[in-house]
Amino acid sequence: MYAIEIQNLSKSYQVGFWKKGLRPALKNLSLCVERGETFGFLGPNGAGKTTTLKLLMGITFPSSGTAKILGRHFQDPEIKKKIGFLPEQPYFYDYLSAPELLDYYGRLSGVSAEERQRKIPATLESVGLNDAGNTQLRKFSKGMLQRVGIAQAIIHDREILFLDEPMSGLDPLGRHEVRELIQKLKDAGKTIFFSTHILSDAEALCDRVAVIHKGQLRGIGVMNELRSAAGTNSEIIWQGANALSAVVRDVTEPHVTGELVRATVAREQQDRVLEKLRQQGAVLISVTPLHGTLEEYFLAKTSQAEAVQP
Amino acid sequence: MKPSAKKTFVLTLVLMLLFAGSVLALAKINSLRGSQATLQDVLYMPSGKLIKRMSLGYSGLLADIYWTRAVQYFGSKHIAQSMHYDLLYPLLDITTDLDPQLIAAYDYGSIFLSEQPPQGAGQPDKAVALVEKGIRENPAYWRLYFTLGFIQYQNRHDYHAAQEAFEKGSEIPGALPWMKVMAARMAERGKDIGTATALWGAVYQMASDKEIKHTAQLHLASIQADIAIDELERRVQTYQQRTGSFPSAWADLERAGLLRGIPLDPGGVPYQLQPGGRVEVLNAKKYPYLGEWRQNQH
Amino acid sequence: MIPRLSAITSNTFREAVRDRVLYNLIIFVLILLASAPLFSQISIDIERLMLVNLGLSAISIFGVIIAIFIGIGLVSKEIDKKTLYTILSRPVRRWEFIVGKYLGLVLTLLTNAVFMTIGFYAALYLYTRPLSAADARLLIGIYFIVLEFLIITAVTLLFSSFSSPIFSALFSFALFVIGTFSEDLRNFAAYSHGVGKWGAYAASWIVPNFASLNVISQVAHKQPVAGAMVLFNTAYALLYSATVILIAVLIFERRNLK
Repeated sequence: MYAIEIQNLSKSYQVGFWKKGLRPALKNLSLCVERGETFGFLGPNGAGKTTTLKLLMGITFPSSGTAKILGRHFQDPEIKKKIGFLPEQPYFYDYLSAPELLDYYGRLSGVSAEERQRKIPATLESVGLNDAGNTQLRKFSKGMLQRVGIAQAIIHDREILFLDEPMSGLDPLGRHEVRELIQKLKDAGKTIFFSTHILSDAEALCDRVAVIHKGQLRGIGVMNELRSAAGTNSEIIWQGANALSAVVRDVTEPHVTGELVRATVAREQQDRVLEKLRQQGAVLISVTPLHGTLEEYFLAKTSQAEAVQP
Repeated sequence: MKPSAKKTFVLTLVLMLLFAGSVLALAKINSLRGSQATLQDVLYMPSGKLIKRMSLGYSGLLADIYWTRAVQYFGSKHIAQSMHYDLLYPLLDITTDLDPQLIAAYDYGSIFLSEQPPQGAGQPDKAVALVEKGIRENPAYWRLYFTLGFIQYQNRHDYHAAQEAFEKGSEIPGALPWMKVMAARMAERGKDIGTATALWGAVYQMASDKEIKHTAQLHLASIQADIAIDELERRVQTYQQRTGSFPSAWADLERAGLLRGIPLDPGGVPYQLQPGGRVEVLNAKKYPYLGEWRQNQH
Repeated sequence: MIPRLSAITSNTFREAVRDRVLYNLIIFVLILLASAPLFSQISIDIERLMLVNLGLSAISIFGVIIAIFIGIGLVSKEIDKKTLYTILSRPVRRWEFIVGKYLGLVLTLLTNAVFMTIGFYAALYLYTRPLSAADARLLIGIYFIVLEFLIITAVTLLFSSFSSPIFSALFSFALFVIGTFSEDLRNFAAYSHGVGKWGAYAASWIVPNFASLNVISQVAHKQPVAGAMVLFNTAYALLYSATVILIAVLIFERRNLK
């Protein structure tokens, strides 16, 4: 059983004065997330990430397609006891204090009174809000609100967490703390589905990622494979500037400093270039394989106007 | 969760049932209250002037509402042939306090007030007070003088006051010259059948309200019937004097040369010849004002 | 279901309290206490009459105003501020949300009315002692006012579930006014013809009938209210409110939220 299984989910909005036009926000999204996986849902702004989450949470209704969460229909209210959701830039009832908010949400999620009593202080502590006391939320900073958001998403034992841009608007310290939190949850075996456009966060935390652009899924795969798939180059440093002319067509970005040359070569060309350099009498200093970055993969997938499914 | 079509259908049915239930409850409430209930508020208001101040500038609308209530009050009581129209004057008074230029309230309201029950409230003095208020507030409206004169003549039998009213009204620019004629008639003849006929004829012509027109029609019909009955009874007497007995059918009179054809009332129904020489109409309900102009009373 | 409903209800109540809504009670008491001496210039009987009229009318009007002011934002505020997102991601059903909000606001109005009643009776005692049995019957007037609250709250909730606060306020207020004159609407219908007649008749059944719920004058004049009236008006208020809330639920369950 998958944790999350999305099948051909689509959503189009009616636009225009007479609501006659259709603007597609999501086109036939299909993907699966394993249990215990940390899954990154990447895409530029407006790609359809938040739309997907809103569809899964039942905030809007799909134009077509369906999804399953832990094997049950995604709109089954009972399944919501097993999921937690942190929306983008969350806004909470500002007249409540943090413990009151968690108590309210806990009640709505069916957490019993004594469990709430136990868990609320613990949860607040785990997000670093244990000294928030009874301050009303309207006095909280953005970072604190984000933490409250995470707290309400984990107040009771969820198996799956849906996070929409959990790091947005946080300062570096805040982001670090949130990252740690997510890591802790990951270590505890939770399934985490988080959407972001900040690639470094995804790189640090995710097992698998999907790239979505203009409402369509452009790429999906395991993090490490994607990185190395993007990176197929090596960097060669040699001594003997005169040898450059022999390989200049096979290398890119040559930098010459005195007698030392540094250049990048595609991995397929690597052996041939090395051979040519030896023939020229250059002295090899180093050959280093370059890892590609997620960024390159991302840019590659989001640059095309039309895309095909991988 | 977007509900299924079936669930929507069921819920909509429940919705209609609930609404139907509310309509039933409301109907029951209305029947319990009767048409009197809204009007209870009227009694509890110290005065129309207070309502006017409270109405925050919407007194015109409120006046229309009160006028409608007055009409409905009168109408429903009239249908029930009631003998008491106690709230009519307060309603009209408040209406005209709220909107002193609501001519219809003075005009028709005073006629409803002045007529004898069950045709009206039987309060000609209050009617006069109302019209005089209307004249104060609308001095250029000459037709109110007509109404005033009419009420004085018809219901209060004060021919001098009636003449005065018609006179004053005739002097207002735009008044029909006929007002002067009425004034003259009042002076000369007072209670006279020709005057009455002319008066009701004028009322019928001038009124645009159905109820008033109908009342005028009834008066005219009754006057006609009264004249006819008088005449017929005279001929019956003649027959009796000639033959020593009363006729048993109109045909007898015909044969005696006293009549041509069967006499019909203004509604086209034959007059009824009763034993003892009395003549009556078949359907007295259609002639509620019968007997006012009879020369030979019983 | 019950724990979720009660959570939403109590939270709605808590929000109203923290919004300092109940401070209106202070103004109410001040008005009552300030105006009573003015009335005492007139004879004692009229003083009582005016105090009762003023007190009950104020309870009614204040309640309706609060119902409209809070009601228009009940749902629309949660949509605009997106606080609904985290609610809907929980096992809360959409209908529970609507009903919970309704009950929370009704609870607020009830609490308000209770305190006002206490203040009202205090003023009554202060200026027209002693209190008689007839004064206990004034509670019936307050009961009818509470029935009014049930209806007007449902109406504003309905508008809140699909339109913006300004329109909700406009429509709710308009319906309140028309509803107060619903009896006259029926009269208009009786005297018109054709399309206008049927339109007016239909309208007179559809708009909330506040006319029959206003027994303030009656109880002010110490007139009894028939038991049948209490029964059927209760039935009407409950059925009508249920109808309106059901419509609100039907609309809200279908809404795609931004």
